[in-house]
Amino acid sequence: MFKKKLLFCVFILVLFSCSKESNEEGYVSIPAPLQIPTLFQNLLIPPLIPSNNLQTQEGISLGKKLFFENGLSADNTQSCATCHDPKTAFTDKRQFSDGIDGVFGNRNTMPLFNLAWNFDENFFWDGSSISLEKQAIEPIINPIEMHNTWKRVVATLQSKPTYPELFYKAFGTRKIDSILVAKALAQFQRTLISANSKFDQYLEGKVQLSASELNGFNVFMDETKGDCFHCHGSDKNPLWTDNKFHNNGLDTSFSDIGLAKTSGDPSDTGKFKSPSLRNLAFTAPYMHDGRFSTLEEVINQYSEGLKASPTIDPLMKKVSLGGVKLSTQEKSDLKAFLLSLSDSEFISNPAFQKE
Amino acid sequence: MKFLKIVMMLLVLVSCTKSGIDTSSIMVQVNFSHNWAGTPIAKTDFNTIKFTNGNGEQLSIVQFRYLLSNITLTNIEGQKTTIKNRQLINLGEETGLSLTSDSAIPQGTYKLSFTFGLNDADNLDGVYQDLNSVSFNVPTMLGGGYHFMQFDGKFNGTNSLTNSFNYHTIRAVNSADPTNLVFQDTSFEVNLGDVVVKNAGIIEVKMDISEWFKNPNLWDLNTFNSMLMSNFNAQVLMSANGKSVFSLGAVTP
Repeated sequence: MFKKKLLFCVFILVLFSCSKESNEEGYVSIPAPLQIPTLFQNLLIPPLIPSNNLQTQEGISLGKKLFFENGLSADNTQSCATCHDPKTAFTDKRQFSDGIDGVFGNRNTMPLFNLAWNFDENFFWDGSSISLEKQAIEPIINPIEMHNTWKRVVATLQSKPTYPELFYKAFGTRKIDSILVAKALAQFQRTLISANSKFDQYLEGKVQLSASELNGFNVFMDETKGDCFHCHGSDKNPLWTDNKFHNNGLDTSFSDIGLAKTSGDPSDTGKFKSPSLRNLAFTAPYMHDGRFSTLEEVINQYSEGLKASPTIDPLMKKVSLGGVKLSTQEKSDLKAFLLSLSDSEFISNPAFQKE
Repeated sequence: MKFLKIVMMLLVLVSCTKSGIDTSSIMVQVNFSHNWAGTPIAKTDFNTIKFTNGNGEQLSIVQFRYLLSNITLTNIEGQKTTIKNRQLINLGEETGLSLTSDSAIPQGTYKLSFTFGLNDADNLDGVYQDLNSVSFNVPTMLGGGYHFMQFDGKFNGTNSLTNSFNYHTIRAVNSADPTNLVFQDTSFEVNLGDVVVKNAGIIEVKMDISEWFKNPNLWDLNTFNSMLMSNFNAQVLMSANGKSVFSLGAVTP
């Protein structure tokens, strides 16, 4: 008899725990798998989507709303989009961005696109954030960025009439927390896919490149000329980055040690993430510290401006000559090719703009 | 009743066999280890000029990744089982250092072989998503396909400077006439001899990295250090040196 009662109790407990796990009012979020561009589908392994944060229409929509939400900052003046402007491929035109207190950082804001194809999941210039979800946590509480606390963010969002319902529809609960905010932001950011540049269309056989653009592509791919492809992808890796960290010969010594700060390994000093070369038409200034205003300056750096240091990447093989020594014509062609990687449709995509 | 039980047990046994449960087959694991003339090398040995090659140059390893394909076990009847189509090994990132066969292998004695790189039939431009995604491609102007190895580092040169080297191996190509590329397949097959696969089935494949610089061609980094992808002769020489780098290590039964 006792056994039967015990079994009954266990049964009730199981039922109770099940109802806690499920969405009690039965709302089911609508799956919204990433729309993978044909080019990526053909050439790359599938994007990374964490199994505990699958893309849903409600999650993406909430993430977008949060991305443009000034209430994430302590004084309600800044959102993610303040520094990650959709019109500039989600970066900042300025060399450095200032937070709510007017304090400037020391690195250029990274553009945001094709993030689900960052297979190592190391984000930021120094790889200090592993996973898009974790990345979303940091800027909100960074004292020189949004300078908020998660307690206050949660209270702000919880007090607004729309958010609890949106969180409920996205995640099955009206109780907001930092993890769910980060998940929603990550879902939205994964939808920021750029794959419709002129060069993409060329690879798909839809358009022709100019002679200058084609020659520039050859400079890019030629081991004896630009030799850019070893770090910046190729027609077979249209991410146009390896998402790895390199010391590309900008300086002889480093006040900002880059990856070494994250890894603790002195051999990583001066290494920063290779940025994608997509959308360069919109993402100036360039380099981790935004030191170059123009593409000409960037190309000149690799052509004549390389500086040796103990951790310079061996792929900067002509550092003793100052660089790869491109001719004026080759530089011009290389620039033309690089600009062909820009995707105007991406920066005007209505799905990515503030509503 | 007993008779019925025996019949039932036999039926269960038969059905197991029909389902393909073969207790004599095991998953084979291959571990890849690396050494410099017998001294083990790990990620922690990277980025420091601490190795001396056959020509006397002191050098460091900064990046070391290479591709093996058609990793095959051949039984005594000559029947081949490919246990992995491709394996990219990245020593610096400590990825690909171990593989498990795609399917269970009957226990027994086999010959272990693989191709260093991709042979011409397999070296198809842009078709392998896993290799595209890690930027292992060779430019189309050099015939496309994939790198076989990217070995980057630094060495103390005769110019008294610390110089870079990019010991990159690919299919040899003469691109003097861009409209008429001439190729030579510089991938090569490695046969490591007999291995007995049983119980745990763990096989160690060793690579002596110093061999890339000395056997049979003594390598002078002051002469051949970078831009070797487009150097037909360098590719042929590197391929020859690669043939002695692999050996069979411990086979754990």
